[in-house]
Amino acid sequence: MSDSKDEKKTFGSNIDQEEKRVGVFVCECGVNIGGVVNTKAVADYIGTLPGVKVTSVNKFTCSDSGQADIQAKIKEHNLNRVVVAACSPKTHEPTFRACIEEMGLNQYFLEFVNIRDHCSWIHMWEKEKATEKAKDLVRMGVERSKLLEPLQASEVPVIDKALVIGAGVAGMQSALDLADMGFQVYLVEKEPSIGGRMARFDKVFPTNDCSICILGPKMVEVARNKNIKIMSYSEVKAVEGYVGNFNVKIEHKPRYLDVAKCTGCAKCSEVCPVEVPYDFNEGFGTRKAIFVPFPQAVPLRALIDMENCISCKACAKACASGAINYDMQTSYTDLNVGVIIGAVGFKTYDPEPRHDFGYGLYDNVITAMEFERLLNAAGPTGGHVVRPSDCKEPIRVGFVNCVGSRDKNTNIYCSGVCCMVTIKNAQLLKEKRPETDQTIMYIDIRTPFRGYEESYNRSRNLGVKFLRGRPVEVKEDPVTKNIKVRIEDTLAGEMRNLEFDLMVLATGIVPNEGIGQIQQLLKLSKAADGLLMEAHPKLKPVDTTIDGVFLAGCASGPKDIPYAVSQGSACAGRATILLKNKKAITEGITAVVNPDVCVGCEVCIPMCPFQAIKFDEKEKKANVVKALCKGCGTCVAACPTGALEQSHFKNDQLLAQVKNVFKFQEVAA
Amino acid sequence: MSSEVAAASAPAAAKTDGWEPKIVAFCCNWCSYGGADSAGMGRFQQPASTRIIRVMCSGRIDPLHVFNAFLEGADAVLVTGCHIGDCHYVNGNDKTKIKYKYLENVVHELGIEKERLQLNWISASEGEKFANFIRDVTAQIKKLGPSPLKPEGVA
Repeated sequence: MSDSKDEKKTFGSNIDQEEKRVGVFVCECGVNIGGVVNTKAVADYIGTLPGVKVTSVNKFTCSDSGQADIQAKIKEHNLNRVVVAACSPKTHEPTFRACIEEMGLNQYFLEFVNIRDHCSWIHMWEKEKATEKAKDLVRMGVERSKLLEPLQASEVPVIDKALVIGAGVAGMQSALDLADMGFQVYLVEKEPSIGGRMARFDKVFPTNDCSICILGPKMVEVARNKNIKIMSYSEVKAVEGYVGNFNVKIEHKPRYLDVAKCTGCAKCSEVCPVEVPYDFNEGFGTRKAIFVPFPQAVPLRALIDMENCISCKACAKACASGAINYDMQTSYTDLNVGVIIGAVGFKTYDPEPRHDFGYGLYDNVITAMEFERLLNAAGPTGGHVVRPSDCKEPIRVGFVNCVGSRDKNTNIYCSGVCCMVTIKNAQLLKEKRPETDQTIMYIDIRTPFRGYEESYNRSRNLGVKFLRGRPVEVKEDPVTKNIKVRIEDTLAGEMRNLEFDLMVLATGIVPNEGIGQIQQLLKLSKAADGLLMEAHPKLKPVDTTIDGVFLAGCASGPKDIPYAVSQGSACAGRATILLKNKKAITEGITAVVNPDVCVGCEVCIPMCPFQAIKFDEKEKKANVVKALCKGCGTCVAACPTGALEQSHFKNDQLLAQVKNVFKFQEVAA
Repeated sequence: MSSEVAAASAPAAAKTDGWEPKIVAFCCNWCSYGGADSAGMGRFQQPASTRIIRVMCSGRIDPLHVFNAFLEGADAVLVTGCHIGDCHYVNGNDKTKIKYKYLENVVHELGIEKERLQLNWISASEGEKFANFIRDVTAQIKKLGPSPLKPEGVA
């Protein structure tokens, strides 16, 4: 290689002067790499590079024998740098870091070169070119490896308290599990009562047990637990800090009454003259301007909806305990917690703006959530299913599946639960009123978990009709207000005209309103579907890319209740690792300031989205708080003097790679 | 590398059919590097033109790295990262975007064709997009021939 390579060595500072002894391990990955890249030719070529003491080709470098080979050669050749040319560092870097660390090498002395995903797999029919490319890639890695510096992952203390955002069934499960393990939990809920969506369901599939009957006791259990502090009607307004020590600001919206004095007797509601549509019943029926959210609410306390209050003060006169306080202000609480669990839930797709299947145009087209409230004994009709246009009990009921799901015009994903919701709703109606006639219009019926297929079969046996197809035309009869549907029966291969007294849309699961705010506050990523991203879809389903932040329930994708509850428990388990150990390990890769070069210009400070760079007013220098730094290196690229460097991605390390993309032809010859 | 050497244009003989350009692609660890991995997992075949350099965030990509790549002999340089709004580090890619605008101007003023420096946002799931991008850029560069900044004798 050329002598000009040495120029760059002076670029960085403190380059270790110790002789570099590099071992290069080329993996064949069975035939994944070996079938395309001539691994022996790569190893032979790399063996000629200065500093490379040994090269080795293994069938599977990640296997026990492959790792044993690395460890034996580290010992035999006294290696101080290891280059593994194999698959992707995103999956296997931790394996080999641990492997070399066992031999007493700093784990950051590993350089991982991707010659499978980025080479053999994408040049399957260009073996020679792939081999040449592999040589380049490994050469780049070897030259970079020589400049790698030892790093230490650092430890930060963890406050043994947890914040759970969202008190639906997933969040409540997390809170209960953590509390039962002895940790203090703050459970924040934006609604005036905990319980979430599940509190609004009538019955839950596949067993059709009463939703609030199984949820209610759990809500009470949460309220009784001494380790759980419920903060209802409250929202997270700011999050600062990092794993182990998050500073969180909670905003408490005013209820306009003293919850300590209120008994939830609802005498105030009786005298309140204002009636507004009842949101808990999906807008069916009315509630008063002062109201208890629902009979099983926890906390069972009233609140005043100030937007609709006319200040007649009748409630204050009626309240025996003198709880009403019209002057109540928004208040705030600052919390210090070690971990955060986001269980921010979902909402159902709103078919109103697009008037899907006539929703919003025709009275007798309603959503499954609305139907759920009509079925409910505590609902607006006392459990009698009636149609909105004339309050008559419908006989012919149509159910349309996949509304706002599996549709490129709305959401392409499957919401997973709606098939079962429809099947359950049809069953419940059939059981209540056997004379009714149900038709489920579906694309596919999906019943993957325990008891679901049995429930589907049960509904068929009950006489519920299943019609594969999607309505192409929905009209309202102007006189009868019946819904007329034109649909292709794709199994029979014919067009059919149907008439229903009531049509129910199974609307899918979509991101909750506040999800964008939570995403920003917790610095999480959003997936293409608008829901939050987990750290790994298979192996880290409740972790996020932010240490100490976990996700449960529908915030990270559509889920049924057992799945959401499992995730709630999973989050508690994952969080306990941190809470119990009382410490967290943070990544060794961070930005580092060279104070001799820093001129205190503060350009870097606004670059950091984590507020990790503080300005030392006394020294007039930038100062990186290691525990806050996530190691992105954005500040480094912005530093005009070169005082900032990103460890493991230092300029000289990256430039060594850039330079070694190329070779002089005489070397290649 | 002196600027005179860098300015010397590469021999025209290299501009043959069999010529494979050398493209340096900077990829962020979380999105575009994952996109390149996904391209591999999906076996989306690409020309063997590109050498990927991994950084944690596209915000780390310094104009210095890009200029060095051109001076060393890159026929094209690709700056890639997460889609705007999806940055693993909240908004590192917003800063990349701003920096890139200036970088683009400087590179063009140096007489480098606009095809030789490209920016693209590719998520970890967009393997096919990654492969298509590499195919497109490689075809464009093959038409242009070697970079005018490529030093003599460099492959």
